[in-house]
Amino acid sequence: MTNDIWIIATAALVAASCALVGVFLILRRQALIGDAISHSVLLGIVLAYLITDSRALPIMLGGAVIIGLLTAWLSDSLHRVGKLQSDASIGIIFTLFFAIGVILISLYAGQIDLDQECVLYGEIAFVPFDTIYIGNLAAESGFDIGPRAFWGIGIVFTIVLSSIIISFNRLKTIAFHPSLALSLGINVIFWHYFLMTLVSMTTVASFDAVGAILVVALLVIPASSAYLVARSLKAMLWMAVGYSQLAVLIGYALAFWLDSSISASIAVSAGLLLFVTIAWQQVQSQRRQRQPIDSL
Amino acid sequence: MKQPNSNTHTPSPLSVQHLSMRYHHKPVLTDVSFEIPEGKTIAIVGPNGAGKSTLLKGIMGLEPNIEGQASFFGESLDKKRQAIAYVPQREEIDWDFPINVLDVVLMGRHGQLKLWQRPSQLDIDIAEQALKDLKMWDFKNRQISQLSGGQQQRVFLARALAQQATLYLMDEPFAGVDVATEQAIIELFKELKLQGKTIVCVHHDLNTVGEYFDWIIFINARLIAAGPVEEVLTKENLNKTYGGRLSLLNDLTEQMYRTQLNKAHDTD
Repeated sequence: MTNDIWIIATAALVAASCALVGVFLILRRQALIGDAISHSVLLGIVLAYLITDSRALPIMLGGAVIIGLLTAWLSDSLHRVGKLQSDASIGIIFTLFFAIGVILISLYAGQIDLDQECVLYGEIAFVPFDTIYIGNLAAESGFDIGPRAFWGIGIVFTIVLSSIIISFNRLKTIAFHPSLALSLGINVIFWHYFLMTLVSMTTVASFDAVGAILVVALLVIPASSAYLVARSLKAMLWMAVGYSQLAVLIGYALAFWLDSSISASIAVSAGLLLFVTIAWQQVQSQRRQRQPIDSL
Repeated sequence: MKQPNSNTHTPSPLSVQHLSMRYHHKPVLTDVSFEIPEGKTIAIVGPNGAGKSTLLKGIMGLEPNIEGQASFFGESLDKKRQAIAYVPQREEIDWDFPINVLDVVLMGRHGQLKLWQRPSQLDIDIAEQALKDLKMWDFKNRQISQLSGGQQQRVFLARALAQQATLYLMDEPFAGVDVATEQAIIELFKELKLQGKTIVCVHHDLNTVGEYFDWIIFINARLIAAGPVEEVLTKENLNKTYGGRLSLLNDLTEQMYRTQLNKAHDTD
């Protein structure tokens, strides 16, 4: 039972962080760069681990942020200097980084406690078994404070949420109209890389739980559903979190019922909620179109 | 002998020196220099692709200049940012963005706010007054996608007004707007001019340029002419600016002839 609570709590934080960051990616039309960073941070984790021989959260986050920012910067440079289309440039850089990460994992398989399957798909069901123990394990004087993944995403969620609360107006102006923001003296490039930092941290903290592929679903889908219905940025952020939490609950029930992967079920639920939203909107607009005829 | 007041002379709101800009290695603007007077309405006029919007973006540092610079009241852009309000072209704006009218106008105040600050009551009052000035008060809680083209333009003008700038740079504010909005913009220009503020607009309609503006800058990849309307709005300058597009030019001269006729009738 406690395991279920840890799993749901971790999934809820992963989904909420992704939804909040995803809102800004969707509004800035940068969903693809979210996809790219979620893959290339693998290289960051592997390199950070190989260099420091540690799996501590700050080191993992640091490695991921450096590689995440490098992905964004190199994609942009390839687009400008190489005169390649921007989506092609992003596709080139992140697959390259991801592939190098995969090679490194297989080269140092003995040393790295990461298997490729887990990186790609994640396994949230195993989250409760990797816990943080404070104090002396042998003397049994310390105590277990819960899963590593939960605390990792918990810290990242706090960073994401406080960043958005503090710099809400800046992020809003930049997402709405970058040149206007620039004309007001806002450093658009800084905020771009700031957002990329948040994306990197969120994806790396979500890795254990949902893996590199499904984190994209959580970045893009709840924010997209919210985009369809929200009328203000604040509402869009709330709705994206709402959609993501609903997806977690429905997905967990679905996984329990089908006895299948929890993270995949969450992603499927998020997709279903999006389609339900679109269908509902279609029905609404048709009803509205029919109204003048009825009133005749 | 020097002019007696040459030292106390206030620097021009906008002075452009040898500005050259390129787009993908193709020169768009070459060696453009001019200086505008304070408290006037100034139109940037030229054919499509002449680099009018590019000039405005180059002045605002939104696209990189290859050479040359712009100075504002004798100082650099960074020192005078809050004194300059930029109104982008309507097509460049994401009208599906989840934001309402008042929030867009409040963005005009963001440059004055610190990172963590929320707009104060004073900021909100200023934004609300700007909406009233442009007769958009009734729409303040509308989402921007639910506005007509003219109303959208007025929201952006209100945003610029809320910035309380002294120099306004506007990219085609009259493009595709209704009569009511056109009137509202003209009123706004008059009001701003009374307060001694300077307005620079990219403008495409030669029929109205002489009526709405005090000054014209003719651009076609380079500077053709710049000066007061009565001096520079000549057939020769129009020929130089729109040269080669004869059919267009014929239409224009015909239109000019007609507006002059209309004016003659109006004054009768």
